[in-house]
Amino acid sequence: MTDRACPITSRRPLIVTPAPSTPSARLDPALRPNFGRHFVQVFAFNCVLWALQMMAVPGAWDVKMVYSQAIGLSIWAIIDFGRFALRPNQHTGWPNPPPAIALVIVGIAVGYTVGTFIGDAYCGCSTWEWWTLSPRRFAATVAGTVFAASVATYYFFSRGRDALQRAQLAASERDATLARLTLLQSQLEPHMLFNTLANLRVLITLDPARAQAMLDRLIAYLRATLSASRASTHSLAAEFERIEDFLALMSVRMGERLRTQLMLPDELRELPVPPLLLQPLVENAIKHGLEPKVAGGRICVSAQREGHRLELNVRDTGVGLCASAGSAQGTQFGLHQVRERLQALHGEQASFTLEAVPDHEGGMLARITLPLNSAST
Amino acid sequence: MKPAALIAEDEPLLAQSLRAELTRLWPELQVVASVSDGASALQQALLHKPAVCFLDIRMPEMSGLEVAQALAEDWPDEAGDRTAPFPLLVFVTAYDQYAVQAFSAQAVDYLLKPVEPARLAECCERLRQRLAQRQPQVLNPTLDQAVSQLRALLGPAAAAAGTPPLEVIQAGVGATVHLVPIDEVIYFEAADKYLRVITAEREHLIRLSLRELLPQLDAQRFWQVHRGLVVQARLITSATRDESGKVQLTLRGRSEKLIASRLYAHLFKPM
Repeated sequence: MTDRACPITSRRPLIVTPAPSTPSARLDPALRPNFGRHFVQVFAFNCVLWALQMMAVPGAWDVKMVYSQAIGLSIWAIIDFGRFALRPNQHTGWPNPPPAIALVIVGIAVGYTVGTFIGDAYCGCSTWEWWTLSPRRFAATVAGTVFAASVATYYFFSRGRDALQRAQLAASERDATLARLTLLQSQLEPHMLFNTLANLRVLITLDPARAQAMLDRLIAYLRATLSASRASTHSLAAEFERIEDFLALMSVRMGERLRTQLMLPDELRELPVPPLLLQPLVENAIKHGLEPKVAGGRICVSAQREGHRLELNVRDTGVGLCASAGSAQGTQFGLHQVRERLQALHGEQASFTLEAVPDHEGGMLARITLPLNSAST
Repeated sequence: MKPAALIAEDEPLLAQSLRAELTRLWPELQVVASVSDGASALQQALLHKPAVCFLDIRMPEMSGLEVAQALAEDWPDEAGDRTAPFPLLVFVTAYDQYAVQAFSAQAVDYLLKPVEPARLAECCERLRQRLAQRQPQVLNPTLDQAVSQLRALLGPAAAAAGTPPLEVIQAGVGATVHLVPIDEVIYFEAADKYLRVITAEREHLIRLSLRELLPQLDAQRFWQVHRGLVVQARLITSATRDESGKVQLTLRGRSEKLIASRLYAHLFKPM
């Protein structure tokens, strides 16, 4: 076969590297400020402080209330609006520690000053005189303010952190459920399922024994598919058995057009692998390589040890990448899944490539390599 | 005369079973051909001219829909006095739900796999009625009907949203890649797995199917006139309709004439 200018296929392997997850540029919804609620909480906190003050040093209730609210709300306003003006970290809702600490110190100092001026204006006296008249009393007021403001700040900080943790937990649970669901959906592909059932229906009258065997394969396939999302690993031998089930079903459907070959060396049988890792690659090879080919062809699934690495190959002699490019969109999800799972389990140590085979039989070769030591732990 | 039928189904057991069920439900129906890919379906249908075609949708080479389109384009004309009417089409599919929705209006019938005998019996009854209604004297009504239905189904090539139309064709010859501005292309012609790119001076081969190319072309400038032919509209100088409904196109810059199929003949109506 001549190899003309093919826009897609090249001898270069199509290296599929895991894409890093992009951090969201926007603040987590759980951390978006709710100034109204914060205002009410601070107001209530100030009332408590006011009550404590009234008990400790009885005096004009309205004056103390004005001081308490003016100072408390000023400090709150500077810190709470200030932290969102200072580009908060998306993960905490606060700026980095040095600017955050500076903000709290400035907030307390400025807020205390502003609040005191407001209180002074209300009662027509000057708090600043205490500086000289009774330094101890002035220092006690300042210390009390700093303490109260720190407690309130810590309260908001820890609440924000808890809300974020809850939101992150919920989001990761949601993502995991969604991933399981899409995996399941891709494996219980209706076209495959209904065609298999149609064949089964025919076999029941034609060849009951073969129908029973096919049904057993289908049951094993369905059971494996439904439980694959729960178990974290199974043995390589089990993985090959599931592939055998699937290929047996496909053999009934495709008849002589499909020839299969599975090669698993005995010493690799017990190695743990993620369940149904190879399944999407096998389905891909059939659906886009062999099914579209009139003459059909061969699929070969093999495992071998290469030094400290485990190499898993799915080779088909189908139509190749170019000819099936038009219908390749559907495979993207399956390949994406394989890539994601490898990345999650082994990071950079695992690799996945999909390349056109340049020999006379043509077709595609999908190859996964896994580190052996971590695969066996 | 006994009606003839063609079965196109790539899964051997399903083809065998459909044939057996049809024999049981409709003994007069003769299955003249049972094929397992789209290209053979087209070839055998044109050869045997069956009254009914059962077409699987997902098949190697050509889908059931593509077979239907090609049949409508290549079906022989009314000129002779004994031409076979266009076959009644029944699509068979496991799950292409969107296709099924579209076909429910266009085809005589569609069947979902696994095919229930009662449903198949109903389909046979419908086919019998349609065959009985056929009048030998009337011009091919099923063909006209099929043409307008398929035309509605094919619609304009869905342009890929957001992708700007192709400006240059990269055609490789050996180690060299020729860049052909899209404006210089007079027409594209499908040739097996390749596409011939014809300019005034020369032709190139690119390994791309028309189906892949079409969404990348500006539909206003490039008109599909046949399932295997796309022509730059401003380079068509005249279109002449012959008595069979086919349209012959004369081009600026090329001496050969192109034939637009009856599916696309409506593009060449006077304003």
